[in-house]
Amino acid sequence: MLVLALDTATPAVTAGVVTLNGDLEVLAERVTVDARAHGELLTPHLLAALADTGRTLADVDAIVCGIGPGPFTGLRAGMATAAALGHALGIPVHPVCTLDAIAAGTEGPLLVTTDARRKELYWATYDDGARVTSPAVGPPATLPAAPARAGTTLYGDVLTMPHTGVEHPSPAGLVRAATGQLDRPARPLVPMYLRRPDATVPGTRKRVTTP
Amino acid sequence: MSLVLGIESSCDETGAGIAKLHPDGRIELLADEVASSVELHARFGGVVPEVASRAHLEAMVPTVTRAVTKAGVELGDLDAVAVTCGPGLAGALLVGVSAAKAYAAALNVPLYGVNHLPGHVAADTLQHGLLPSPCLALLVSGGHTQLLRVDDLAGKITEVGSTIDDAAGEAYDKVARILGLPYPGGPPIDKAAAKGDPEAIRFPRGLTGPRDAPFDFSFSGLKTAVARWVEHRERDGLPVPVEDVAASFQEAVADVLTAKAVRAANELGIGTMVLSGGVAANSRLSGLAAQRCAEAGIELRVPRPRLCTDNGAMIAALGAHLVAAGTRPSALDLSADPALPVGTVSV
Ligand SMILES: Nc1ncnc2c1ncn2[C@@H]1O[C@H](COP(=O)(O)OP(=O)(O)OP(=O)(O)O)[C@@H](O)[C@H]1O
Ligand SMILES: [Mg+2]
Repeated sequence: MLVLALDTATPAVTAGVVTLNGDLEVLAERVTVDARAHGELLTPHLLAALADTGRTLADVDAIVCGIGPGPFTGLRAGMATAAALGHALGIPVHPVCTLDAIAAGTEGPLLVTTDARRKELYWATYDDGARVTSPAVGPPATLPAAPARAGTTLYGDVLTMPHTGVEHPSPAGLVRAATGQLDRPARPLVPMYLRRPDATVPGTRKRVTTP
Repeated sequence: MSLVLGIESSCDETGAGIAKLHPDGRIELLADEVASSVELHARFGGVVPEVASRAHLEAMVPTVTRAVTKAGVELGDLDAVAVTCGPGLAGALLVGVSAAKAYAAALNVPLYGVNHLPGHVAADTLQHGLLPSPCLALLVSGGHTQLLRVDDLAGKITEVGSTIDDAAGEAYDKVARILGLPYPGGPPIDKAAAKGDPEAIRFPRGLTGPRDAPFDFSFSGLKTAVARWVEHRERDGLPVPVEDVAASFQEAVADVLTAKAVRAANELGIGTMVLSGGVAANSRLSGLAAQRCAEAGIELRVPRPRLCTDNGAMIAALGAHLVAAGTRPSALDLSADPALPVGTVSV
């Protein structure tokens, strides 16, 4: 099975081509860290990775897409791309939590964090790559202790445990996190925002004359 | 013959339209599907960008799916994809541009990143056929108020004038708030005005002095004048005649828009005018434009309201013009440009 993996929930634009024939093998990948280029780079990255393997979109059997949590409008670049590719190619798009993809394949207890901006982090805890607590958002000081951490390196002064070195989701991590989903019908592709949109109901109108 | 999918997501409407370019150049509308998030914004009194972007992501594939079904074609029959890449809200545009690139790549067809504003003009060609060259477009919407000289929809568009502050639709929305009418303000003001006296109050006509830019517009002073008038009534303990205020405000907007547009057409020697954008749905604006154009011997073209507000069909139509003109398609590293200038028809 040929799988296209992509994620735009972190500052990285992640794209890769993975085969799953018993073993998981990454055939090609393109990962660029540039939080403002998700919309621009993702489709070219996907096509370039495919070209490296000598295949085209028509050869792809399934898509695995990171659904966040992510604060960047960029999160939607990946999800809109995946949804449209799945529609046009008539193939399933399997959603995976971006934090799960970062944790995939790790051993022991782990805290995974990504930048949520506004002095907060998205986070979840894992044990041997399996999720222990659900994804949440909060200030760094409120996060649970753990022997190791992965994901963003921000707030190292507060989160002082050793970092595994894995900062962004990889194509292999995305596909690994989707293990068990791929031979079933795809779940709905719904983003994890974890925050309500900023919007305030206007108060009374400002007067232009003095009463 | 060519089938073009048009995708629009610059503001609060997710649009997917399909147009067919015939060998004789005629452009036929096959589908025009729109999912609007306007109701989600109503209680905020204006479009909330993050709410709009979330709604676009949810609606994009379902809207394209409906358009393909409506047109009675298969996705694989499409020959090109056109998408609004600006101007508009950055996060909203990003959803449409990302999806359009994916459709174009998956279907292996050319992609055209196009400008929303000429799209509003192209909408008219779906109803009234190809435009003569040159023509003058008066584009009035929630975000824009512009007079454009259109020599060629696929390439040569020049700005003749534009608003220096609020857009006409924005003025409608703000005045509606002053009068306690719901958002968006255009339709309720139009309705209230029908029962009011347009000459009850003489509101100012912005930028109509002898030394003012003849083809630019200003609506911010008008909005303040309405607020001042209403506040004085309230201060004096008098009831606010909502219908008369609505009619008088609407008269000021329609008067200044049509007077300047007709003058521009006359001075530039242009015999055809297109009125488009959401505010073109206004009964007084289209009525007064028809009257003044007729007096001046100008042919007026106003697309039906459905084609005036944001939609994907107009983007498909503009895409079809670009295909017909042999325009070079966009690269797949196309990005959204929230401030795309009106003269840049395609990127
Ligand atoms: N009958 C009407 N009379 C006056 N204004 C109207 C009427 N119907 C709609 N409008 C106004 O049209 C605007 C919406 O139009 P449209 O959808 O074209 O614009 P937009 O999406 O807000 O902006 P843009 O096209 O510039 O990106 C709103 O401001 C609304 O109040
Ligand atoms: Mg709109």
